[in-house]
Amino acid sequence: MKTGIKQSILAASISLLFTAPGLMAGDTIKLGVAGPHSGDLASYGIPTIKAAELVVKEVNAKGGINGKQVELLIEDDVCKPEIATNTATKLVSDGVDVVLGHICSGATKAALPIYKNSGIVVVSPSATNPGLTQSGDYPNFYRTIASDDAQARTEVDFALDVLGLKKIAVIHDKGDYGKGLAEFAKTFLENSSKGEVVMYEGVTPGAVDYSAVVQKIKRSGADGVIFGGYHPEASKIITQMRKKRIKIPFISDDGVKDDTFIKVAGKYAEGVYASGPQDNSKNPLSSAANAAHKAAYNADPGAFYENAYAAALALLNAIDNAGTTDYEAIRKALRDNKTNTPVGNINFDSKGDAVGVGFSMYQVTNGKYVEVK
Amino acid sequence: MLRVFLWSGGMEYFIELFFSGLTRGSIYALIALGYTMVYGIIGLINFAHGEIYMIGAFTSYIIATVLSIYGFPVLAIVVLAGFAAAIWSSAYGFTIEKLAYRPLRHAPRLSPLISAIGMSIFLQNYVLLAQTSDFLAFPELIPDFDFMEPVAHIVGTTDLVIILTTAAAMFGLTLLIKFTRIGKAMRATSQDRTMAMLVGINVDRVISMTFIIGSALAAIGGILIASHIGQINFYIGFIAGIKAFTAAVLGGIGSIPGAVLGGFVLGLTESFATGYVSSDYEDVFAFGLLVLILLFKPSGLLGRADIQKV
Amino acid sequence: MISLKESKRSALVSLWFMFLTFPIMVIKVDAIEKTIIWRWENMFYVGFGSFILSIFGRIFFERQKNRREKQLSEKIQQHNLIQILLREPKYLYPLAAAFFLFALTFPHLFSTYQINVMTTALMYVVLGLGLNIVVGVAGLLDLGYVAFYAVGAYSYALLNFHFGMTFWMVLPLGALLAALFGVLLGFPVLRLRGDYLAIVTLAFGEIIRLVMENWNAFSQGPSGISNIPRPGLLGFDLTLNQAITYLYYLMIVMVLITIFVVNRLQNSRLGRAWIALREDEIACQAMGIDKTKTKLTAFALGATWAGLVGVIFAAKTTFINPASFTFLESAIILAIVVLGGMGSILGVILGAIILILLPEYLRALSDYRMLAFGAIMVSMMVFRPQGLISNVRRHYQYRPQKGEQE
Repeated sequence: MKTGIKQSILAASISLLFTAPGLMAGDTIKLGVAGPHSGDLASYGIPTIKAAELVVKEVNAKGGINGKQVELLIEDDVCKPEIATNTATKLVSDGVDVVLGHICSGATKAALPIYKNSGIVVVSPSATNPGLTQSGDYPNFYRTIASDDAQARTEVDFALDVLGLKKIAVIHDKGDYGKGLAEFAKTFLENSSKGEVVMYEGVTPGAVDYSAVVQKIKRSGADGVIFGGYHPEASKIITQMRKKRIKIPFISDDGVKDDTFIKVAGKYAEGVYASGPQDNSKNPLSSAANAAHKAAYNADPGAFYENAYAAALALLNAIDNAGTTDYEAIRKALRDNKTNTPVGNINFDSKGDAVGVGFSMYQVTNGKYVEVK
Repeated sequence: MLRVFLWSGGMEYFIELFFSGLTRGSIYALIALGYTMVYGIIGLINFAHGEIYMIGAFTSYIIATVLSIYGFPVLAIVVLAGFAAAIWSSAYGFTIEKLAYRPLRHAPRLSPLISAIGMSIFLQNYVLLAQTSDFLAFPELIPDFDFMEPVAHIVGTTDLVIILTTAAAMFGLTLLIKFTRIGKAMRATSQDRTMAMLVGINVDRVISMTFIIGSALAAIGGILIASHIGQINFYIGFIAGIKAFTAAVLGGIGSIPGAVLGGFVLGLTESFATGYVSSDYEDVFAFGLLVLILLFKPSGLLGRADIQKV
Repeated sequence: MISLKESKRSALVSLWFMFLTFPIMVIKVDAIEKTIIWRWENMFYVGFGSFILSIFGRIFFERQKNRREKQLSEKIQQHNLIQILLREPKYLYPLAAAFFLFALTFPHLFSTYQINVMTTALMYVVLGLGLNIVVGVAGLLDLGYVAFYAVGAYSYALLNFHFGMTFWMVLPLGALLAALFGVLLGFPVLRLRGDYLAIVTLAFGEIIRLVMENWNAFSQGPSGISNIPRPGLLGFDLTLNQAITYLYYLMIVMVLITIFVVNRLQNSRLGRAWIALREDEIACQAMGIDKTKTKLTAFALGATWAGLVGVIFAAKTTFINPASFTFLESAIILAIVVLGGMGSILGVILGAIILILLPEYLRALSDYRMLAFGAIMVSMMVFRPQGLISNVRRHYQYRPQKGEQE
């Protein structure tokens, strides 16, 4: 372990040696933005680009940071680990100073060692895998979203304490995010004396019909469902459950707390619970960020927009406070200084999680997600 | 074995799973028919067929929404959207064959396959760019009938419509192939293309017709499935396509009753595997069954056995 | 050059495409807000674009036809430039040397990103050459080749994770395991032919991936395995840039070894048995070739390369999860083989470089990247159905054989 640290410090210092001339010569601060910008998960990555563009435009209009303009380097990783390493090396080759991204946990895990070796701080708006911060493997990683275990905790507590459910069917979409979350939910339920897991299964994403698994939920005698995954599968399952006249509560996650879910599931979405980042609508910065998006693109912002906005602000603010783009200085600034962002006045703990960013439960009421108090 | 299964959940559970498998199987069968027809005629695995189904679903979504905005009555919307989807899907099928497969008719066997994969990637991204990457809510074109309410917890209206449509499609297709002129020409072409040409059959026209009919069926499948699951996006064709292709091979590729049988066998296997074992491994069961069946019947359930010519 | 009739036809084509793309290109609806956007300008673009393309297509096919007729009438065997270059040692050796020199100096000329991308392309060269044994030489259509790639990658990740085994220890082991799986797949499919074989291999590939996805205790499921070490070099600590360059050279060596081995294999007794099997199974058996053994060795030897590259893949990305081993990956590798020209080593190399580098360099097109990729795949097949380099193969295989087999 000790040699590992020594190695990484050595590696970092060597790479700093190499990148230093670039820093001197460059009169801009290069902010990399990486995530899926094409392919089937593009809708999760594109809002982050828009957030970064808006933040940078504002910062540059005010004269930039430390007298330098901020420049965006946007690269696509299609959420695939093997592409993400290419993306990361490309950003590093292009002399990026800090990175906003990546979006998917798998791609982030693949890309982080490359940034780490080059002494680049990464702030993700959406990678929620607990290991990213808790394992200690990635000292250069920070995020403006709470991790999956915190989210599963919120869901399970809500199901047991608020709804008073006893028998819970835990379903997931076999994906990195969904299955990870479901695993945590299952463990929390098993360790709790208040309820039990009566069914634990994964569904195949993209399948044409889920009625078999829905019938199985009915037979299991569950009085509630916790689903880990994204909204397309969630809306198919809830639609088929309601069509088969199963009326038990459906609790899901941030991947479902998306307006597309309500649009797609329509009337069947009513009453569905989902955990999501705490409600920021009273935060003036949040409304300002949303208004800026509306003004610039004439559309409502998409997934993780506020988190991305917050991450961009936090990064640039840290560079401002540090007065340099030096790796250690930025890390210190991220920990020590609070930044006022759409997701609250935040700084980061020593592991890299944002302090004061948590989850709340929402319920679909009259076609809108409303926070459950 | 079956007895044990029945015990572990009761008869009702068995019937529920049976119908759920039937629905799934019908969906596979509808798409598999197109695969099997094309394969029977030109021996090509048409990987872009799943995309035709996706385009059918998108076309009917667009037309249905436009009509409903202009205030057409529900019945007219269903009929017109269905027709539009069938027409445009057929047009796409026809064009794809002309553009990507016809120039390759005398090429090495695998070249059209790669062309088909390329076409599939192209069409996915074409719809993604021209429309959206988001999931869209597909309108419920098939209303819930009141008389179905007592059994709605087992089999819904859409399930019933899907099962009946598949049966009708298979019946109609069998009639078409057995008794019509074009059907005879198709059979002749599939048996021996050169001979068919010699007896005066316009082979190009027959192949085009095959693509048109297969695509129209895929479009019908597209509408039914989309209104069953209530959503569409540009990627739905790929996954359904692979399963349907599996079904076609399972039944014996090139055989029309085989495609339907293969679809049902696959759907029921998945449904029972989910119900009695675990949905974690439903696809493993489906593919495992395929391998097993091909082990004992190397040309599928109803496929013609290859006669090895020496 | 283009007659009025021709342009009239092209106009008809463009009208047809305007009709065809009408619902998807022109109308955009929002069912929730109940709004319709009519994008008539798209119809114009489609019409104009398809008119131009149609005229170009006509010219191309016209020329091709003329050339073929000319060839037939004059009975001149026309060789293209590549063939001449390949056949004549006086061109071939300097060319190969120049190419080799370029490959060696590549890391010093280009950025880390370029090296990384090139390493990926080289990995696919080896994958393509491996699959070429199965598909191109032995004529067994394999749609699940990615399974062996996964076996290699997971054997390194898991053996390293549990037992701390190093890259160099696992490299032969991964290859061996993949070969074992190749035989495992080979047995049940011995009786199957053509496209039935294709679907079973596809099923096999999917089953491997699904097991990796669902069996958490074994493979850590969809969240994958991270922190896989890069290969070591005699105990030196490498920086990232050095490690990437090191992997690049490693792949160059791998490619050279693969080319050497595959080339030797094709000319060996076994290689000829494969070709015989591809051309006619029954005649092949009648000649006394053991069909079972020949087929199984084809699967096993093909899988070996995938296993090797799988280990390198795990070491390169340092993170693997089942999502990297989908059917599409098999399809891309197959496309490399067919597009390059089945059975031709040079063809496969070109195919890999084109298909892997293309999407990377098409990044400039951003959103249109994959659209262009699909279109290029189709048009390459349409314009060169036999693959990029195939005449060479035929030439190269049949002539010496006829002489030797007497």
